[in-house]
Amino acid sequence: MREGSFRNLSGCAVSAMISKEGRRFSGADIIRSIRVMHDRSNGLGGGFAAYGIYPEYQDYYAFHVFYDNMAARRECEAFLERHFDIINLSKIPTRKIPQITDEPLIWRYFVAPLPTKLAESQLDEREFVARCVFRINVQLDGCYVFSSGKNMGVFKAVGFPEDVGVFYRLDEYEGYAFTAHGRYPTNTPGWWGGAHPFALLDYSVVHNGEISSYDANRRSMEMHGYRCTLQTDTEVITYMIDYLNRKKGLTMEEICSVIAAPFWDTIERMEPAERQRAEYLRNAFSSCLITGPFSIIVGFEGGMLALNDRLKLRSMVVGEKDDMVYIASEEAAIRAIQPELERLYAPKGGEGVLIQVKEGAGQCR
Amino acid sequence: MSIDFQYPEFEVERSEDCVYCGRCVKECPNGVHILTEDKKLRTRPQGCVACHRCAAFCPTGAIQIVRSRHASRANANWSEQAVTEITKQAATGGVLLSSMGNPENYPVYFDRILINASQVTNPSIDPLREPMETRTFLGAKPDTIHRDANGNILPQLPPQLSLSTPILFSAMSYGSISYNAHASLARAAEALGIFYNTGEGGLHEHFYQYGPNTIVQVASGRFGVHKAYLNSGAAIEIKMGQGAKPGIGGHLPGAKIVGDVSRTRMVPEGTDAISPAPHHDIYSIEDLRQLVYSLKEATGYQKPVIVKVAAVHNITAIASGIARSGADIIAIDGFRGGTGAAPTRIRDHVGIPVELALASVDQRLRDEGIRDRVSLICSGSIRSSADVVKAIALGADAVYIGTAALIALGCHLCRSCQTGRCAWGIATQNPELTRRLDPDEGYQRLVNLVTAWTHEIKEMMGGMGINSIEALRGNRLMLRGVGLTQKELDILGIRHAGE
Amino acid sequence: MMLDAATLDWQALNEAVRDGGREIEIIHCTGERFIGAGASDKKITIHGVPGNALGAYLDGGEIIARENVQDAVGDTMNDGRIVVHGSAGDALGYAMRGGRIFVRGDAGYRTGIHMKQYQEKRPVIVVGGRVGSFLGEYLAGGLIVVLGLGCTDVPAGNFIGTGMHGGEIWLRSLKPPQHLPPQVHLEEADEEMLAAIRPQLEEFSACFDLPMSQLTEGRFYRLTPNAQNPYKRLYVQN
Repeated sequence: MREGSFRNLSGCAVSAMISKEGRRFSGADIIRSIRVMHDRSNGLGGGFAAYGIYPEYQDYYAFHVFYDNMAARRECEAFLERHFDIINLSKIPTRKIPQITDEPLIWRYFVAPLPTKLAESQLDEREFVARCVFRINVQLDGCYVFSSGKNMGVFKAVGFPEDVGVFYRLDEYEGYAFTAHGRYPTNTPGWWGGAHPFALLDYSVVHNGEISSYDANRRSMEMHGYRCTLQTDTEVITYMIDYLNRKKGLTMEEICSVIAAPFWDTIERMEPAERQRAEYLRNAFSSCLITGPFSIIVGFEGGMLALNDRLKLRSMVVGEKDDMVYIASEEAAIRAIQPELERLYAPKGGEGVLIQVKEGAGQCR
Repeated sequence: MSIDFQYPEFEVERSEDCVYCGRCVKECPNGVHILTEDKKLRTRPQGCVACHRCAAFCPTGAIQIVRSRHASRANANWSEQAVTEITKQAATGGVLLSSMGNPENYPVYFDRILINASQVTNPSIDPLREPMETRTFLGAKPDTIHRDANGNILPQLPPQLSLSTPILFSAMSYGSISYNAHASLARAAEALGIFYNTGEGGLHEHFYQYGPNTIVQVASGRFGVHKAYLNSGAAIEIKMGQGAKPGIGGHLPGAKIVGDVSRTRMVPEGTDAISPAPHHDIYSIEDLRQLVYSLKEATGYQKPVIVKVAAVHNITAIASGIARSGADIIAIDGFRGGTGAAPTRIRDHVGIPVELALASVDQRLRDEGIRDRVSLICSGSIRSSADVVKAIALGADAVYIGTAALIALGCHLCRSCQTGRCAWGIATQNPELTRRLDPDEGYQRLVNLVTAWTHEIKEMMGGMGINSIEALRGNRLMLRGVGLTQKELDILGIRHAGE
Repeated sequence: MMLDAATLDWQALNEAVRDGGREIEIIHCTGERFIGAGASDKKITIHGVPGNALGAYLDGGEIIARENVQDAVGDTMNDGRIVVHGSAGDALGYAMRGGRIFVRGDAGYRTGIHMKQYQEKRPVIVVGGRVGSFLGEYLAGGLIVVLGLGCTDVPAGNFIGTGMHGGEIWLRSLKPPQHLPPQVHLEEADEEMLAAIRPQLEEFSACFDLPMSQLTEGRFYRLTPNAQNPYKRLYVQN
């Protein structure tokens, strides 16, 4: 049975760190952080998203792809060649370790859409890339693009997250932001694509919890052209972020007012202008409201958003030190890499914590 | 006469507690109880419709209505009902006329669907102590977001209806039901923060004060439709069809066209008020668009326009066409929906179950990417809060209740509305009878019903770990089927229990 | 106030009409719908051919169309007057409940269906030429007069007054209409009866500057509901 053929529920651990200065640092720390929460995972999935790691290719989309076999790879590469200019391709470097087994073929491509194909499609560049990713993932058997943003990459596998980090040599990458996820799925066929983070373009999501609004959200996203092939919360949340931010032009703050919209009682007590805005967002995008417990960390180009559900049914703490901001399910996961915090707090339910990297630093453009 | 003899369906049993007070004689509008000159009570059961009015008001509880034991030879094919109906038609040459919803034994899909609850992997929520939101907005959602020069959102939505709970009282015209019934519905809608619907008979001037909680209906007969009427309500509903009688128009028997009803409808007293099935200015979907926009033009684009249609075979394509006609809300009325009068054959044999219609319309609108252009109201026999939850999880934004509201007002489902002799003062214009419904009590009972259902909806939502109703809408994973075929499950878009 | 329909889409045109003064003249009309919908105190003069549903829900004032008009003119009109110097399309005056519509030329199918009346509210349609079938279908009140000017045969199509249960239909015709449904009662009008519709004919005559003598010459037939044969006999209680 493949991931996506049934609804997959899971509990989890999340951790993240970001430099507001856009300073690049090694991925070693995020592995140490997520290791602390070993008991929140069960060895059936772990992964990382790393931002700012490919400065030399910052103008190209970095596709990370799992292949079941060589035939699948040939088919996918033929597709890529028809649609993209492939600047560089290689296996993603890994370490053989006993904790991680049964790996698929793992390849990386730096690509730019072929100008003729792009013009023919009448789409903007990012939509073109997103649609190509969907086509590969839905139509090509044995191929799965699990990372498709610029100057960022997702690294994930079946295993405990700290082992996954070692496996992918994450300590050898430098980026301005990392997120990490340890998974506790209640059932999984052990497919690597099903591990988290889940990503589309430069949006990546790590998530802890199980949302009760899932099918309402999924069916809304599918109406807007997304295909939820994995049936996981993380997948649908990623699509909602992409839809609301990229397609509808909502800011990350506005997105918080949609997916963790304030209760109507709260909205009624707001100042008139704020109330109208909150009413509008909640009403206009009511199908994107998420209910049930969740804590999510969204990575995107130049920043990060952390958000709890409205009732704060999941734990999440934020620590700050100098230019660094740390977010994790448990305080210990932050203290493990930064014992000396200037500030530590637990964000309120439904109130997003948005961290943006200083303009011009660490971003591709 | 003898050839037309039919033994009555019900008999009256009077116990020895009877004190011969004659109350039953006064209460029965069908002349079933007769007080003889020598102070004895006789029974003429031919008129009995099992409305239970006499039993309810008998001071000694001496009356029981029982099904007749009068036997016909058993026949699984020629039911007693079939024989009776043929006899009636042979005697009169008339079209059989019935009322209320389809009583026949077709599948009730709501009864084959079960609701989910949380265990361990996510929590249920206690609705008594934690926020649990049922507020619902009906209306089109914006396609693009507009911002001012500073990048602030301009929070302008197309006109919306705001409901405290996803339940509305469905269209029942003044005429088909009484002034007091309308007063009860209007006051209850106001008290509950929901809406009632005038039906196609216009709006009595006394009820204009409830305008903010009123949906005014425009049907093919256009009874009582004028600019002030259109502007008086919070929304306008175009009635294209009705689940109880798809393809058939409204028919208010002349017996109910008296006094204020005649004035409100502007038709002569005592003549039947006919609204034909089609709007004779709508023969095609582009004509519907014309009517939708003429109503919007006449009301300055301030009111959402609802288009109500009966659930028929081709409902998905119809709904798609309506969604593209400029309508803000589509009301889909299933084949079990009630009516004050409908030809029996139409009521019992035309249309499809609303569960299937709703599920396929919701999915079709999503497939076409236009689900956000309209809200969906589901109606046609919503019998409990569980039906409400199931309808919303299948994809409805809200439900209309008609029959359930009438039962709250005292209706005993005797299905005799078309006679105009409703013993409970609801579906009648006879002043002797209409005064039996006290609007103070009626309004309170409606408030009680909807309040109770809302509590139950919250309990079920809490069990699912959902604390806002919009997260339940279309959330079909919260449903499982039992005893359904794969085809039925596919249409409903749900899995079988155990899957 | 002058509005040029050529420079405005229909929604903008109607908004300009709503926001405009009491007297409005629209030129270059080509199919703009819903002009004057729900208006109550305006005088709107239209040059060109306006779109469907002209004067829908009209609540007072006057609309004058100098040329032809299309379908659903005066839909559910409540008050006021619509004067059409050319001809009208289908469903003219659908479900009218008050006011008057005068058409110099012909009108299409389903003229004046579903009209109703109550006490002083009595809608009137007078058509100068001929009308299509289903004239006055489901009529519950009001007055429809078809003058058949220039016609040598019956100036209406088939199924006149189908479903009629109130109101009156008058036809100026040399021959009586044939094949009427059993629910309709037909009689030829004498001078005395004709006096009943004289005020409406005078208004028509004034609108189009036609002599009364031309309108009143010849035979008139009056159609009213047949009280002996109502629709309720169709049904049996079940």
